[in-house]
Amino acid sequence: MTVIKMTAAEVARKVIENKELFILDVRNKDAFEDWKIEGHSFDYLNIPYFDLLDGVDEILPKLPTDKDVLVVCAKEGSSLMVAEMVSEAGRDVFYLEGGMKSWSAYLEPIKVGNLTGGGELYQFVRLGKGCLSYMVISEGEAAIIDAVRFTEVFTNFAKEKNVEIKHVFDTHLHADHISGGRHIAEATGATYYLPPKDAEEVVFDYTPLEDGLTVKVGASQIEVGALYSPGHTIGSTSFIVDSKYLLTGDILFIDSIGRPDLAGLAEDWVGDLRETLYRRYRELAEDLIVLPAHFMIIEELNEDGTVAKRLGDLFAENHGLNIESEEEFRHTVTDNLPPQPNAYEQIRQVNMGKITPDNDEQTEMEIGPNRCAVR
Amino acid sequence: MEVNQVLDAKGLACPMPIVRTKKAMDTLQLGQVLEVQVTDKGALSDIPAWATSGGHQILDQSTEADVIKFFIKKG
Repeated sequence: MTVIKMTAAEVARKVIENKELFILDVRNKDAFEDWKIEGHSFDYLNIPYFDLLDGVDEILPKLPTDKDVLVVCAKEGSSLMVAEMVSEAGRDVFYLEGGMKSWSAYLEPIKVGNLTGGGELYQFVRLGKGCLSYMVISEGEAAIIDAVRFTEVFTNFAKEKNVEIKHVFDTHLHADHISGGRHIAEATGATYYLPPKDAEEVVFDYTPLEDGLTVKVGASQIEVGALYSPGHTIGSTSFIVDSKYLLTGDILFIDSIGRPDLAGLAEDWVGDLRETLYRRYRELAEDLIVLPAHFMIIEELNEDGTVAKRLGDLFAENHGLNIESEEEFRHTVTDNLPPQPNAYEQIRQVNMGKITPDNDEQTEMEIGPNRCAVR
Repeated sequence: MEVNQVLDAKGLACPMPIVRTKKAMDTLQLGQVLEVQVTDKGALSDIPAWATSGGHQILDQSTEADVIKFFIKKG
């Protein structure tokens, strides 16, 4: 039977469209438990490829015949080997082109909604890593927020939409993934903004992103306004777009809140985090739609694949916004924190411009889930 | 440590380092030691995991420049 290639884009469609898929993940157990392809209706079998060198007979009864079977490994080589063995045993089987490496890199642009005067807001969902980037488009101009390192995805998208990228923002100095913001700005002549309190050690020029700064995008003057909202980092800044959307960066997620320990001591910033979530955000309109910079679990995706929810609903439903006692809040965000993201200290150095690893090294640093939240 | 066989798997990408390691190991006697040289970073976690699953023992492991060496005792 045949071995068929499946691309990360095709897997992404299956996630978003809630399709079934059986994943035979042939990476070692630790790698699988740490990080895998998450889908609403996916089933899994994890057997390391090195346990299948003598044959796949043992696992054949476990592979379903009524749905697609996708073999997945880190980079592709092992999944292709196992897929060929399964195929020789008489079964149709898919393998993931480029492995988890390409899954981690894939971005799916999804329209979140329309803005005043014909503008549009897009969310770029990086399913494999849980990163979310944004592009505000209005009459020939664009602003980008929290771009990941695959800069061509954004510049090509802008070309397709026939818009010029004018402003590029990072809500904070990221620790879980490498930012593409500075490079997009360099390539397009756009202005690159970074919160100065997060940028004390950066070695490149940037425009300070201060509380209250407002830029206008396009002739219809879509407003992108900055709101200082520290807690995940000391500089963390949110954006209000067109009085309709609240881009929260890594401060507030759909089903969790930001962790305060990735750039310093959790104890130092827990007060800021509390202040932002329980005071500053409380003063905002509850009808704002929250658009975070990450999702952690697949349940945070809406039916159309976007990650977005009304602020008022989050006040009601998000556990992290409903901890009355300050003491308990402090415990929640400083005790029992999840493991830190892979290579987070190195990633911060890259984002400060202090080190410039090549593409393979960047891929290696970004392996694994983002882990920016506490639940 | 007495090394009974040296396997040069440098430059090979996953799954070949393990495929070759397994083949080489199949030719050794119980208790003999295989030295494996690899450059694929995936091997850092895969070779120990493979060894454990096969009942072999990693006696030593070192990294010089880009080359990772494993000394594996057949079990």
